[in-house]
Amino acid sequence: MTTFFAVLYYAAFAVLVVGVGLKIAQYARVPAPLKIPTTPAPLTRSGAALRVGREVALFESLFKANKPLWIFAMVFHLGLALVLIRHLRYFQDPVWLPVALLQPFGIYGGMAMIAGLAALLVRRIIVQRIAYISGPSDYAMLVLLLAIGFSGMMMKMVAHTDIIAVKAFFTGLMVFELRPLPADPILGLHLLLVAVLMLVFPFSKLLHAPGIFFSPTRNQADDPRERRHLAPWAADLERERT
Amino acid sequence: MADIEIPPMGDPGERAIPCLKPGAMATSKPYVAAAAHNEPLGFPGALVPDWQEKGIARMGELLGKYKSLQVFMDICVKCGACADKCHYFLGTGDPKNMPVARQDLFRSVYRRYFTPAGKALGAVGLGKLVGAREFTKDVLDEWFNYFHQCSQCRRCSVFCPYGIDTAEVSMAARDIMDNIGQGHKYANEILGKVHKIGNNLGLPGPALIDNLEGLEEDLKDETGLDIRMPVNQHGAEILLVTPSADFFAEPHVLGLMGYAKVFHAAGTSWTVSTKATEAANFALFIGNYEQMRKVAMRIREAALELGVKRIVFGECGHAWRVAYSFLNTLIGPMDFLDPRYPAPQHILEFTYDLIKRGGIKLDKSGNDGMVLTFHDSCNVARASRMGDFEGGQFVIPREVIKACVPKFVDMHPDTTHEKTFCCGGGGGLLTDELMDLRIKGAAPRMEALTDVAKREGVTHMAAICAICKAQFTKVLPTYGFDREMVVSVHQLVSNAIILGNND
Repeated sequence: MTTFFAVLYYAAFAVLVVGVGLKIAQYARVPAPLKIPTTPAPLTRSGAALRVGREVALFESLFKANKPLWIFAMVFHLGLALVLIRHLRYFQDPVWLPVALLQPFGIYGGMAMIAGLAALLVRRIIVQRIAYISGPSDYAMLVLLLAIGFSGMMMKMVAHTDIIAVKAFFTGLMVFELRPLPADPILGLHLLLVAVLMLVFPFSKLLHAPGIFFSPTRNQADDPRERRHLAPWAADLERERT
Repeated sequence: MADIEIPPMGDPGERAIPCLKPGAMATSKPYVAAAAHNEPLGFPGALVPDWQEKGIARMGELLGKYKSLQVFMDICVKCGACADKCHYFLGTGDPKNMPVARQDLFRSVYRRYFTPAGKALGAVGLGKLVGAREFTKDVLDEWFNYFHQCSQCRRCSVFCPYGIDTAEVSMAARDIMDNIGQGHKYANEILGKVHKIGNNLGLPGPALIDNLEGLEEDLKDETGLDIRMPVNQHGAEILLVTPSADFFAEPHVLGLMGYAKVFHAAGTSWTVSTKATEAANFALFIGNYEQMRKVAMRIREAALELGVKRIVFGECGHAWRVAYSFLNTLIGPMDFLDPRYPAPQHILEFTYDLIKRGGIKLDKSGNDGMVLTFHDSCNVARASRMGDFEGGQFVIPREVIKACVPKFVDMHPDTTHEKTFCCGGGGGLLTDELMDLRIKGAAPRMEALTDVAKREGVTHMAAICAICKAQFTKVLPTYGFDREMVVSVHQLVSNAIILGNND
């Protein structure tokens, strides 16, 4: 089990980092030939950066669109953020102070994450419009995240695992040293599902996380009359035609 | 038209989201362009035999040229925030008119041919698991029908948590279809006329001059003054570029007479050019950069030829998007113009500035008995700006209208400003064979208008877009309103402006 997970996590980590890295490189490389901010938009670049920041932190547009969905999405994402921060302690020694301070709240993060996901899943099933646009992968993603949340909570609330050993295993991986992982089925399931999530990340809609930063309708400033905006391929076209 | 079922009009604040009616608009489509429409634009005359391969190749090319397309294809999470935001969905109930479902017609092909998961699973017939579909003739037909049920109004992009803009996707789809010979007749025929004759209406120079002389006479009869409508006048201060509908159609032409009166009152010399007798740029609708640049280039040439110092655009929605947001990119740098003024400028910016400085005087009694509301045109509201402050595109038209009329009332806030509803005829859909779609797509706007007409006694709705004006003139009677209820903003200015004794 130890070797299996060691190999799996090295592979999953590599796929995640390389896959997402390649995607980010692609998003950065492809030019936006025209100024297309959804207006009214900030007139300055710093204003546009703030707009992206508000979308990332507050889901500003979603708030305008649909209040219940905004609440579900917020509850899930904030819960997930808290859980992720809390999990940092399994990779660091000594544990950073902010991570240590958030430790007691992690459990509520886990509950929020599960509650948010459950609400999103129910909504996807019962709202006719959303059911129409949902494909197998949309349900699979929610179920996967829910299963990760449940298996994690199980270890916290029902059947504790040897968390010290788990930490030793991961800190070991970070220095290329194999340390034994407890042979605990719930832990195994949890780790397996997380690895699956890491593996599918670069090939799925989870790319919305890095992608939002590259969305031209949100990250462009409204200044086309003041600044001439010309993509390299458009400049080539211009030279060809004149 | 009598058999077109219009949705019931309710309270715009409590709009019911329609139940899904799959296939409701499956047969709605515009005419396919013939060789005579496609070839002058450099597109194949008819669907090419290897269209599938060519179409996929073109998709790859666009993905490498447009960040918007590449990013939007990947990041949609199918949250459905956009699902109830499209006027065509609200008016028809067809689920494929939900923005996300419309995008998925394209995204499914993207996933099949451009993503590792789609390629791997698609190859063994399991593409469905990851939303991937083969690019078959059925899929192409679906593209043609449903990407011509999108007016590229960007309302969905306001509400999308990632700013995904279906307009970008529908433009790309139309560009791909043009490149494999499956063009949209209305748009391509019009682009041909622009290249050949200079404007969408196919109005030749001599006819235009004749027409403007007639309008000068009308202005003389009305005011007793020599208000000029100059053509090709070298050394004029301003080149006016306006939609060709302004020269002929009602209420558009009443707006043109308003521009002439404003220029006259301000004492500013201006001209139109027979080279650039069209502000509209339908290349935007077919998503083709090169065509858009070619159409826009006439304006640069006309401005240089006539030696003008400023370029001012008349009331037109998508033309203002191309002018405000893209002109500097397409035909810039416009360093030959007077740097003290924005290049280009909107006629409303010009008039608003004059009103603020007291450069023109207005008498509201010229519009006695009228209660006005204002329809924000989508391309002005969500794809451009006026003035030097965020949201100027909402403030400036309203301030000008308020200065001209005794009473102004806004429609429900969910239907104005950046949340405005499309008139139902934008994006190259203003063609008779799509009348069913146009009438149903106008429903959300008509609902908000019915509401203020009942509650506040609104008698007229002002618009600043040639397409909106033409579309409303056509669909208002279906909803029980007079076709003359829609007016140009500069028609109101024209009625209110005090000419002659300005001292």
